[in-house]
Amino acid sequence: MSKRQERMKIIQNAVERTNARRKLMNTVFTYVTIGCVALAMIPLGSILIEVFKNGAGAINAEFLTQPQGSIITGDGGIGPAIQGTLLVMGLASLIGIPVGVLTGIYLSEYARDSKFARAVRFFNNVMTGLPSIVIGIVGFILLVVTVGSFNIMAGAFALSIIMIPIVVGVTEETLKLVPNSVREAGHSLGIPKWKVTIFITLMAAKSGVLTGIVLAMSRIAGETAPLIMTILGTSLFFQCLDCPVDALPLRIWRLASLPYEHAESFGWGAALILILIVLSLSMVLRFFVLRRSGGRAPSLKL
Amino acid sequence: MTSEEYLSSQDYQLAKTVAKPGYKVSVQRLNSWFFEKKALKEINLDVKENTVTALIGPSGCGKTTLIRSLNRMNEMTLGARVEGSVFLDDVDIYDRTVDPVIIKRRIGMVFQKPNPFPTMSIYDNVAAGLRLNGIRDKRLINEIVEESLKGAALWDEVKDELGKPGISLSGGQQQRLCIARALAMQPEVLLMDEPTSALDPIASAKIEELMHDLKRDLTIIIVTHNMQQAARVSDFTAFMYLGELIEYGPTTRIFENPDKELTERYISGKFG
Repeated sequence: MSKRQERMKIIQNAVERTNARRKLMNTVFTYVTIGCVALAMIPLGSILIEVFKNGAGAINAEFLTQPQGSIITGDGGIGPAIQGTLLVMGLASLIGIPVGVLTGIYLSEYARDSKFARAVRFFNNVMTGLPSIVIGIVGFILLVVTVGSFNIMAGAFALSIIMIPIVVGVTEETLKLVPNSVREAGHSLGIPKWKVTIFITLMAAKSGVLTGIVLAMSRIAGETAPLIMTILGTSLFFQCLDCPVDALPLRIWRLASLPYEHAESFGWGAALILILIVLSLSMVLRFFVLRRSGGRAPSLKL
Repeated sequence: MTSEEYLSSQDYQLAKTVAKPGYKVSVQRLNSWFFEKKALKEINLDVKENTVTALIGPSGCGKTTLIRSLNRMNEMTLGARVEGSVFLDDVDIYDRTVDPVIIKRRIGMVFQKPNPFPTMSIYDNVAAGLRLNGIRDKRLINEIVEESLKGAALWDEVKDELGKPGISLSGGQQQRLCIARALAMQPEVLLMDEPTSALDPIASAKIEELMHDLKRDLTIIIVTHNMQQAARVSDFTAFMYLGELIEYGPTTRIFENPDKELTERYISGKFG
């Protein structure tokens, strides 16, 4: 037997010897991954089911549009909280999305690996892990103490601080995934760098960037601690720029601490609305921005 | 005085580069570095209008660096540095007063791998250069898109599906789309960096044929690894080796009767 045939024999034997074990491991591994999926889905699913079961009954037109009346008789609803959440989230996004996306663009497209960029990246990572109550206190000191009252801008500011590092990180990472050849193609047509960056590179990365934005907005939708320090909560609809404002997480938190039956069902209802807002936000954004990239390529809008 | 002594002498250092009338592109004393590593050494190359010039040479000889220096695309690479002049007609594109963006509008480029804009349709790919350079006239854009796709011999294949994503085309079609995209800017010079290396022989043949038609309107400079291709498509050939331009002349002469032994050895396949 030649050396080559000897080796073939050895390899063949090894393959046969390990064959049964390999098949078993393959099956085991498949079931382990399925098991982990189930493990991850159980809490998520049970939360959704529980919230729907307990919250759906509370929801009606009055609940969605009216301020809270007597909690003992269960009058009114959580209108101010819905309005407040949408307002604060909207304002926070108005600050957080542009600042976050543009910072991500700067880090990925302009700063490359300068010392300054590395410092920004480092602090951005630190910010991602900052406890939100600390951000609330900063908002309190900077915008509540100086204004002299709890106000919506302080809340929007605090939430935008939570949002920015998430958006920055995701934007930078997705932009870096866009192949350089795409940028070069843009530059080779004599298109100025800022236009290449926005209309070509960012467009190529938009689904990732958008996912980051939705992630960040969902995160701030449920933040409670910074809102206690900045907008406080109220049972009234929006009054003025330097008045307290209500928000869904605040409302849930307050209702949860009340010992009345209606408070409980109101709380579940508010939780359901909050979940629905986050879900629809993600679906609406995906529908409008990503709709056309599946089948037809989107037209270039200038 | 040896040539090396001359190149480092003060006479040579002080000699000014000037535009050469009669040549579309004139590369003069071009040196290039990536960080500390020298990539191009004292390149001089004059290219006539309405010709195809092929840059050939073994891997790492600086062909791609040279072609990317001709529209200042090399500046996008980290650590790249250039000294010397490249004249486009009478303008030194490396002059401090020249805006590299303006230069790229006059000199189109086609890359090694087809790189259509991933989120854009076929139509938008071709129109992108015009729109992003501020052209709003829809009728004009329509006209130019059709002309450019015809110019790139792609029109008949895509005229009914201009709204489809550019990346849905085959590799060869994508490369012709990229040529159409470059043509839409009405460039005076078209740089092609191994445009067929990622394509099959039939798709390559189409692009070679295309180059023949295109040189009526513009000047083409092509980098190629394929010597048969260089012989087929080019009027002039430049052979490069280790960052130097070894020999440059009419393609027939370079291939049939080169002056330098190195050129002869490369062309006959003895190394490379």
